[in-house]
Amino acid sequence: MKALTKEKVAWLQATPMALVFAVFFLLPLLFVLIVSFWDYNDFEMIPTFTLRQYVQSFDGCITSLPSLCTTFATYLETIKLCFLVWAITLLIGFTLAYFLAFHVRTTTWRIALSLLCTIPFWTSNVIRMIAWIPLLGRNGLVNASLLKAGLISQPQEWLLYSEFSVVLALVHLFTFFMMVPILNSMLRIDPRLIEAARDGGASPWQTVWNVIIPLSKTGIVIGSIFVITIVMGDFVTVGVMGGQQIASAGKIIQARLDALQFPVGAANAVLLLIAVLLMMRGLTRAVDIRKEL
Amino acid sequence: MTEKKTTKGISRRNLLKAGAGMVGAAAGAGAITGFPAIHAAEEKVLRYLGTAVNQADDISKQLFADTGIKLEYISATTDDVTKRVLTQPNSFDVLDTEYFSLKKLIPSGNILPLDAKKIKEFDNITPIFTKGELPNGKKIGDQGTAPKKVMFVEGKGSTKFATSPTEWVTLIPTVYNADTLGIRPDLIKRPVTSWTELLNPEFKGKASILNIPSIGIMDAAMVVEAMGTHKYGDKGNMTKEEIDLTMKVMTEAKKAGQFRAFWKDFNESVNLMSSGETVIQSMWSPAVTKVRSMGIACTFQPLKEGYRSWASGFCASKGVTGAKLDWTYEFVNWFLSGFAGAYLNRQGYYSAVLSTAKAKMEPYEWAYWMEGKPAEKDIKAPDGSLLEKAGATRDGGSYEDRMGNVACWNAVMDENDYMVSKWNEFIAA
Repeated sequence: MKALTKEKVAWLQATPMALVFAVFFLLPLLFVLIVSFWDYNDFEMIPTFTLRQYVQSFDGCITSLPSLCTTFATYLETIKLCFLVWAITLLIGFTLAYFLAFHVRTTTWRIALSLLCTIPFWTSNVIRMIAWIPLLGRNGLVNASLLKAGLISQPQEWLLYSEFSVVLALVHLFTFFMMVPILNSMLRIDPRLIEAARDGGASPWQTVWNVIIPLSKTGIVIGSIFVITIVMGDFVTVGVMGGQQIASAGKIIQARLDALQFPVGAANAVLLLIAVLLMMRGLTRAVDIRKEL
Repeated sequence: MTEKKTTKGISRRNLLKAGAGMVGAAAGAGAITGFPAIHAAEEKVLRYLGTAVNQADDISKQLFADTGIKLEYISATTDDVTKRVLTQPNSFDVLDTEYFSLKKLIPSGNILPLDAKKIKEFDNITPIFTKGELPNGKKIGDQGTAPKKVMFVEGKGSTKFATSPTEWVTLIPTVYNADTLGIRPDLIKRPVTSWTELLNPEFKGKASILNIPSIGIMDAAMVVEAMGTHKYGDKGNMTKEEIDLTMKVMTEAKKAGQFRAFWKDFNESVNLMSSGETVIQSMWSPAVTKVRSMGIACTFQPLKEGYRSWASGFCASKGVTGAKLDWTYEFVNWFLSGFAGAYLNRQGYYSAVLSTAKAKMEPYEWAYWMEGKPAEKDIKAPDGSLLEKAGATRDGGSYEDRMGNVACWNAVMDENDYMVSKWNEFIAA
C-alpha cells in the first residue's frame, strides 16, 4: 500500500473536528436560516417561503427616521455596550497581560496569578449577578459607605440597573477572555527586541507603543473577537444587571422564542449573526490572524 | 401476534412470548420507554411536566404512600412548558399547565383531554371553572382566558373548544389564585387602594412590573383602566389600537424613570422587594410570603379595581394510553382528594375541590386562609416554618372577597404577535 500523501493525512486529521463542526454547528445554523423564511401561527411553524419575518423586523425603520425603530434602537444599544466593554476589557486585559508577561519573573507565579483572574467564574452566573444587589443597590454597601463618608447625601441609583452596572458586570466577567490571548502573544515576544529598543534609547512608553503593541496584535484581535461575540449575543447579564429595561439583540430573540414565534426569532438570529460576522470581518481585515499565528 | 402453535404443545419460549404479549397488551403502548412490560406493571411512574408551583416533594411522597405512583418532576418556566408540549410531546406523561396556554396547546393536538366521568370529584370542582361563578353564585370577571371558556372540547380527540360543558375536559383544575400588586407598607406608609399607584410619580424609580409580555400587559391594562384613560372591551384580548395605547402609557412612564427594574423570575421579584429596590410591583402570592418570612413587611395589596387571576390544571400527553392513562386518572383523582389541596391552600393558593381540602385542614387554618378570619393560632407553612403570628388576617380577606373580585384572567391575545413586538419596542425605548 502506498503511503498516504501528506495532504491526505492532513485532511484525515481534520475530519473528526470537521464532522463535529458540521453536525453540531453548520447543520443547526442551516436550520435556523431555513426556519427564518418560514411562516407561523399560534402553535406551529408553517413551511412556506416568506420574507415576512425580515420585513417585520425592519418595519418602519426607514419611515420613522430620525427616531429609531425597535431593531435599530436595540442594535445601537447593543453595539454601544459592546464598544464600552471591549474598550475597557482591552485596557485592563492589556495592562494585566503586560504585568504578567514582563514584570512577573517565574512561570509558577504567572500561572498562579492568571488563575486568580478566573475567580469570577467560580460561582454560577445567576449567583454572581444577584450578589451585585447588596453591593450596588439602593441600600447596598457602596451607597452605605459613600453616605457614611459624607460624599453623597442620597443613595445613588445609577449604580444598579443601569448601563453602568451592565458594563461593570460584563467587564468583570470577560476581561479574562481578553487577557489570556494577549498574554499568550506577549510571552512569545523575543526579549531581545525589548532590550534592543531600550538600548536604542526608546522610552518605556515608546517601547510599548512601537514594539509590544504591534507584536501583540494577534492576541488583541483574538481577545476582541471573544469579547465582542459574547457581548453581542448576551441577554442574561444585560437583562439582570439592566433590570430588564435595557434592550439587547439577544433579548429580542428570547422574547420571540418564549412566545413560540420561532421563525421571527430565527430571522433575528440571522440578523445578529450577520452583524457579528461583519464586525469579525472588519477585525480580521485589520490583522491577518492566520498569518500571524 | 403472529406466533403459531406447534403440535408439540406449548414450548417454554412460546409461553414466555405469549405471556409477555398479554402483559404487554394490558400495559398497552404506554411502555414507550422500551422497558419489559413486566417491569412497567410493577412500577407506576409518571413523568410530570409543569412549573414548580405544584411540584412539592411532600406531595409526591404522600402520593407514593397512598397509591404507589412515583412522580418524576420535570419543571420549567410557563413559556418553556408550552414550548416543550409543542415540540416534544412524548417527553412527559402528565402535564400541569395554565389555562391560557390552551389556546396554543389544544389546536396542536399534542395533549389529551381527560374524561370527566372518570374524575370522582368532578362535580365538586368549584364552579369558578365550570360556570365562572363563586360557590355562592356570584358571577366573577371573565376578561381574558377565563377557564370556563377553554374548559371543554367538543368531543374525544377534538381540537375545538366547546361553548357549553361536555364530558371532555381540557384541564382538570388543580390550583388558582388572584394576583395583585405587592407593596412595602413600611416604606410607603400610607394606604394604597388602586392600580394607578403603580405609575404614581411618588414611587418614581421604585416600581416594577413583570417582564412576561402576556401577563405584564394585563397588569399595565389594569393601571390604564384605573387611571380612566381607556375602558377595555377585554383586557385579555386587546385590539391593536388598545395595545398601542397601553404601551404608550407604559413607555412614557419608563422614560420618566418610573421603573427600577422589570422582573421575570420569582426570585428576582423577592430580591427587588426585600432589598428595598422597589416598594410597589406586580407580584405573586408565594413571593410575598417569602419576603414576609424574611421578616420584612410586605403586603399583597387588595385593590379596588380587582385582581388578575390565573389557574392551572392537569391533562395528559397524547402519547399516554393503556395503564399509564389509568395511573394518570388515579393520580388526578388522588390530587383532588384533599391532601394536595390542603397543602396548596396552606401556601396561599386555592384548591379546585374545596370540600376535600377542608377535611384535611385544621379548622383554624381554614378560617385564616379561606374565611379571612384572624388566626386563632400561629399560621405555619407546609414545611412548618412560621408564616403569621396568631391574630393576623390574610391580605385581601376571604376566598369570596378575593376570588369574587377577579377582574380578568391571564390570557393569550389574538394579536399576540403584534403585542410581543410592541413589548420589545417598550423594552428598547
